[in-house]
This record gives sequence, structure tokens and C-alpha cells, in this order.
Amino acid sequence: MSLLPILDVVLAGLVIGVAIFTITARELFASVVGYVAYGLLLAFVWIRLYAPDVALTEAAVGSGVTGVLLITAGKRLGALKNAAPEAQPGFAFKLLTGVLAALVASALGAVILMLPDPPPSLAPEAAAAADGAGAGLGNPITAVLMSYRSLDTMLEKIVLILAVVGVWSVGADKAWGSAPAPLRQQEPYAPMVFLAQMLAPVGALIAIHIFWTGANAPGGAFQGGALLAAMWMVTMMARLTDPPRIDTQWLRVALVAGPAVFLISGLAGEVVAGAFFAYPPSLAKPIILFIEAFMVLSIAAALPMLVAGPPSERPD
Amino acid sequence: MTPSVLAGLTGAALVGFGLYGLILHPHPLRKLLAFNLMGSGVFLIFGIVARRGAAAGFRFDPVPQAMVITGIVVAFAASAIAVALILRLSESGHVTLDPEVWTRPSDGDTK
Repeated sequence: MSLLPILDVVLAGLVIGVAIFTITARELFASVVGYVAYGLLLAFVWIRLYAPDVALTEAAVGSGVTGVLLITAGKRLGALKNAAPEAQPGFAFKLLTGVLAALVASALGAVILMLPDPPPSLAPEAAAAADGAGAGLGNPITAVLMSYRSLDTMLEKIVLILAVVGVWSVGADKAWGSAPAPLRQQEPYAPMVFLAQMLAPVGALIAIHIFWTGANAPGGAFQGGALLAAMWMVTMMARLTDPPRIDTQWLRVALVAGPAVFLISGLAGEVVAGAFFAYPPSLAKPIILFIEAFMVLSIAAALPMLVAGPPSERPD
Repeated sequence: MTPSVLAGLTGAALVGFGLYGLILHPHPLRKLLAFNLMGSGVFLIFGIVARRGAAAGFRFDPVPQAMVITGIVVAFAASAIAVALILRLSESGHVTLDPEVWTRPSDGDTK
């Protein structure tokens, strides 16, 4: 037991150290690699806070998919790895910024040390929700996401769609409807192709398992969907597949399916169970899993499209 | 010092470093990275609120945790839009957000 506090301190030191590296690294690429490592370390902190669901999301989305997004963006920016050196700010400005950042951080730290006691908590309400409308869900997080705060979760899926629309609309008029540029411009090399062929089927299985087990254990639609998205991106990076044209029917259906099914189920709840987003107790678990399955599909379609970027004109 | 206070102070420090990088880095992608760092610090602070709110037989308050999960996904969506805008910006020859510093892609004849 005496080892855990030491581990906590070491972990906190590592997280802060890697964060400093991410900020101060000279090269953009090094900084992105630092950020990915930082995200994985942060996942351990989340586990120490008894938040394995958040840890999974942080590792998959916060560190993994964001890392791919930034690396792809860095590659596309190409020669612009580092902005012009003359843009470097002066010493006085740096000092001022440092003081400001330290002030903000210490204010936050002071607030954390002075948090109210006893702490406010919505856990009893969430527990009631897990026992009530989300009956049969052993994972309280999934119960909160899908039952107690289901409107938030549905709107968050709509945010993803809006983001996809936003990214697509940045593309040139002439390119509308065509496919985004491939994630890698060069010819794929054999180890990458091999990795994609080996990893993608296994990863897809694990993703479906994480989604399925999320009803009772850590996991769920977000984490499973993000993993599925990552597998699709791995195959795209190996050029086994290329991003689909953005006017493809199946892609658009997949993107909209999650929120649409969620919304329809919510409206049906008004009729069947007497409240918007209420589920009939005996059928709550199957309905929630049904909605979640479509959400996994939407997340798995939306995240890679966000990484792939706006449609671009092909030389062909 | 309990693990949750330690994690909270880590989060506060991350917000500080993120803010520092956000203001100082001239490169927009680095700014975005720093902003994400700030965001994860905020999530961490929210995480200790969840940890402290342990009640009703849970070791954590599930509501803030669920909101952090939603937050991470939304933060990613916002980052993706920011990247798309940055790449669009770079096509026009700007690489920094500073209007006084104009740089051009150095991969062509401009070098």
C-alpha cells in the first residue's frame, strides 16, 4: 500500500514532464509524439481516479486519434514544420506569459485545495437512473450516458456530424463530392501493410467487444467506436483503402444513423414510456444496446472522416 | 496528499503549461496542441470533482465522468475543424496567425 502514493507522485511528475516536452519541443513532429505519450500517461492517472471509462476514451480519442490527426496535418503542412524563426517572441513577452500562466495555474490549484466539503454529488441520482430507466446496466457511466443524460449524448453525436460538415465545407468548390486526400501520399511500405492486415481484424473484434461489454463493465459506444475508427484509419494509412468519396450514400447514412436512431428512440419514448428519452423498463437494456450499436457505427465513420479532412481534387 | 488532490494539482499545472504554449507558439498546429493540453488539464480537474463526489456505493460520481467522456470527443471534433482551417489557411500562404509575419511554403521555387 505504501507503494501507491509513490507511484502517484512519479506518474504526476511524468505527465507534467512530458507535457513540458510537448510544449517546448523544437520540432512539430516531436511535439506530436510527446502529446500521444502524454495522453497514454494521462490514461493511467484516470485509472487511479477510478475512471477506467475515461481512461479508455482518453487513450483512444484524446491521444490516439488526435495524434493521427495532428501527424497527418503536420505531413500535409509539409515544409511548414516550423514557423519562421523571426516569429519567435521576445524575452519580456515570454516572461509575462509565464507569469500569467503561473497565476492561472496557481489560482486553479488554490481552488482545488479549497473544494467544498462535503463534496456535491449527483451519484445518488445516477444510481437511481441506473436502477430505473437504464435497468440492467451494470456500468453506471453507460447508464448516465444513455439514460440519465441521454440528450447530452445525442447532441454530442450531432456535434460530430456538424464537425464533419464543417471540415468538408472547407474544401474547394470544385472538389465537392470527391474523396479527401489519402492519409499517406507515398507508396505504402510492406511492414505498414502487414501491420494493417494483422491489426485491423483483431482490433475490430476488440472494438466490438468493448462496445458489447460496456453495458456492464468499463467500455461502451465511444470507446468501441473510436477503436473501430482507428482500425479503419490504419488500413487507410497502409493504403489498403482510400477515404471514400464524401457523396457516397453509405457514408452519409452511417454518419447520420447514430443520432437518427437515438432521436427516433427518444421520441418513441414519449409515446411508449411517457417521457422524452424514457425507455420502458423491461426493454431498457436491449433498446440502449440497439441505439449504442448505431452510435458505434456513426463514431467509426465520423472520426476517420474528420482526420481525412476536406475533399480534394485528384490529379486523375 | 491524496491521489485526487495530486491529480487536481497536475491538472492545474497542465492548464498553466497549455496556456503558456498557446500564447507563445507562433505555429498554429502547436497552438492547437497546447490548447488540447489545457483542455485535458480541465478534464482532469473535473475528474477529481467526480472522484470526490463518491456516494451511493460508487467510488466516483458517474455524472461528471460521463461528461468528461463526452467532452473528450467534442474536443476532438473541434480540433479536427481547427486542423482543417489551419490547412486551408496554409494554402493561402499564411502559416502563422500573426498578421505581421507572412511565411510561404518553402517546398517550391520560393526558397
